[in-house]
Amino acid sequence: MTNIVIVGVGGQGILISSQVIGRAAMAKGLDVFMSEVHGMAQRGGVVVTTVKLGEKVYSPLIGDGDADIILGFEPIETYRAIRKASKDTWVITNTAPIVPFTVSTGKQSYPDIDDIFKSLEEVTDKFVKMDARKLAMEAGAAITQNIVMVGALTATGVLPMSKEEMLEAVRQSVPERFMEINEKAFLKGFEQI
Amino acid sequence: MKELLHDEPGKKILLLGNEAIVRGALEAGIGHGSTYPGTPSSEIGNTFEKVAKDYGMYFEYSANEKVALEVGAAAAVSGVRSMVWMKHVGVNVAADALMTLMYCGTRAGLVLVAAGDPSVHSSQNEQDNRYYSQLGNIPMLEPTTPQEAKEMVKYAFDLSEKLELPVLIRTTTRVNHARGIVTFGELKPPAEKGHFEKDPGRFVAVPSTALNNHPRLLKHIKEAEPISEESPFNVEYDCEEPELHIVASGAGFNYALEAKEVHGLPVKILKLGMTNPFPKDKVSEFIRDAERVLVVEELEPFLEDKITQIAKDINPGVEIYGKHTGHFSRLYEYNPDIVLEALSKLIDLDVKDESLKPKEFSLPTRPPSLCPGCPHRATYYAVKRALGKKEAVFSTDIGCYTLGIQDPMNMADFLLCMGSSVGAAGGFSKNTDQKVFAFLGDSTFFHSGLPALVSGVYNQHDFVYVIMDNRTTAMTGHQPHPGTGITGMGDPAPMLSIENLARGAGVEFVETVDPFDIEKTTEVFRKAIEHPGIAVVIPKHACVLIEEGKIKGPAYVVDQDVCKQCHVCTDKFGCTALVRDGDVVTINATLCIGCDQCAQVCPFDAIGPEVE
Repeated sequence: MTNIVIVGVGGQGILISSQVIGRAAMAKGLDVFMSEVHGMAQRGGVVVTTVKLGEKVYSPLIGDGDADIILGFEPIETYRAIRKASKDTWVITNTAPIVPFTVSTGKQSYPDIDDIFKSLEEVTDKFVKMDARKLAMEAGAAITQNIVMVGALTATGVLPMSKEEMLEAVRQSVPERFMEINEKAFLKGFEQI
Repeated sequence: MKELLHDEPGKKILLLGNEAIVRGALEAGIGHGSTYPGTPSSEIGNTFEKVAKDYGMYFEYSANEKVALEVGAAAAVSGVRSMVWMKHVGVNVAADALMTLMYCGTRAGLVLVAAGDPSVHSSQNEQDNRYYSQLGNIPMLEPTTPQEAKEMVKYAFDLSEKLELPVLIRTTTRVNHARGIVTFGELKPPAEKGHFEKDPGRFVAVPSTALNNHPRLLKHIKEAEPISEESPFNVEYDCEEPELHIVASGAGFNYALEAKEVHGLPVKILKLGMTNPFPKDKVSEFIRDAERVLVVEELEPFLEDKITQIAKDINPGVEIYGKHTGHFSRLYEYNPDIVLEALSKLIDLDVKDESLKPKEFSLPTRPPSLCPGCPHRATYYAVKRALGKKEAVFSTDIGCYTLGIQDPMNMADFLLCMGSSVGAAGGFSKNTDQKVFAFLGDSTFFHSGLPALVSGVYNQHDFVYVIMDNRTTAMTGHQPHPGTGITGMGDPAPMLSIENLARGAGVEFVETVDPFDIEKTTEVFRKAIEHPGIAVVIPKHACVLIEEGKIKGPAYVVDQDVCKQCHVCTDKFGCTALVRDGDVVTINATLCIGCDQCAQVCPFDAIGPEVE
């Protein structure tokens, strides 16, 4: 069984990225069970989706320390989900922060990201950080950062699906006119690992 | 989602639980669907919006859950297979109709899907709706996966017709919002129009009818007992030398089975998919020779209490573990860790905590918030300005505007349920000397704000009734409602006027204002506060997330030479696109949509559109 936790903020395209993974796994004949976030929490709140795939999957949620990959779309959300990781877990994070309103209104403070990254590097060797937003813009559109992340996830080799199989799922999940940009975004992410 | 209409038995597709429920209804030949949107059931309606017309059925968003059930009941007794769905608390609204509908029963299949929300991801409580099955004598099924949800819906239509009773399918968030592989069965054509055969002795619930219908109901639910005993959804997962017997249902079952299979635990599991009537013989057989039984179910000890009861006769020595023994909580949803933890207290299982423990940081919270440009924020700001230093009680309601509870608005003081803002506002006004406001949205007004308005006018309540009309049911994903001029099937509809309804109810003060004009809105609220009796104010501006309300920039900027760092914009208004770093305020250009609200709020004209 491969367990993937995807975290970030509402509006970052997290549901699409988890569905790309699910679609690719299904095409390969694997069982898939995932949980999504809909409703109130989407209004700028934390979004956590989980994807589990394998010969047979029994539940959609992932226990502490049981994730094979944490794909974090926002640095402090990656950190917030870290209890799902063990030392064998790939932790891939976007470095571009999205400051919550609790901070922008001056009520709370956003920690120094480098300190956060340092603390993660201290506990795991499988920590990868990248500016997915910048890479997405290089590919042609900032909104493709979710596909940049999926590209990086694929490059870890933890998924049972090949690069080509994942790319095919990307193609099936995005509108035709954005296909080229998304393919570029996927490859940008893939090169990061 | 047109794929849901493909008649390709055996085809596999990745579906959300709610989409699988729709497919189940299509495979059963549904003719009628009705609902009021509510998380986690909303995507059932969103999906029917897309497929109902092509499939050839009728679907509607009713004004509230009670109406949705009554409309569906009439369809079903006229011979049209019907499904009605709602969130768990929606059943409270529909319960009056539901309890007596059980007495009358149905002719064509009638399936009620009630979606529970343990851990209150998006609700006001986490009530366990399984008790409705007992209160109303309603046959009940509890799916564990999207595939099973589809199968149960299909099965429930047949069961409902066999028993002549509506059937309850009780789901939870981790089924509705889980996505899994679903295998299609055969697609059935939609039910054709029916014909209502009159039978007043059964369908007119006067006392003499009820006297006959009650035994009728008990007879039919009795007939459901052998069906439950033999139900294909009650499944045993065997084990040669079990150290522990587990009875489980719903999402809790998934974690129990996962623990057994992944950790190779010596446990025997009985999954209960049909939980009312309780399959007494099946469970008795299962626990007859057991030494220890663990019951895994989220929320209340619904099954545990029944098992404890039958164990007294069948196996008095058996140890039963669950909520009463502290192995499980009656609170919140479960997960793999919670179930493993409970198991580790009963069998040899080494639960190691291998999770990473990096240095601790205090992280800022990230609660959901009103979007940048949201008209509700302007309304709240205008009310605050109109009140000045005057104190007021803010009776709020259910929708995006409930987020007015947050800083810096802090304008939510009392909330129970859909529509409660209005009745409660009247109660505060009659029993205190405080100034009172009721805040509710357009969809909530049609749902249950209207009767409370009528009651308030009659009883001469005294408050400002703010109907925040953003032209949609925003929080649940932008469904249409009676004020939007469009139906659930996408057809044009009469656009009900909130103003006319309020005037028709006898309200003298009715003012509609665009909240984006903060000065004018403040003025209207000043007048409303002075008005004796109920003053209706309708701040009307479409949600900025829907086409009608979209604003396409440019983003605004703060002119740092003009800004006096008074912080009215951040500390009093608080749009989430404003960034305060120390004393300096800037605007996040990717979040700002250029709505102009903050520019109006700024006392020094330091904010304006970015110019090249």
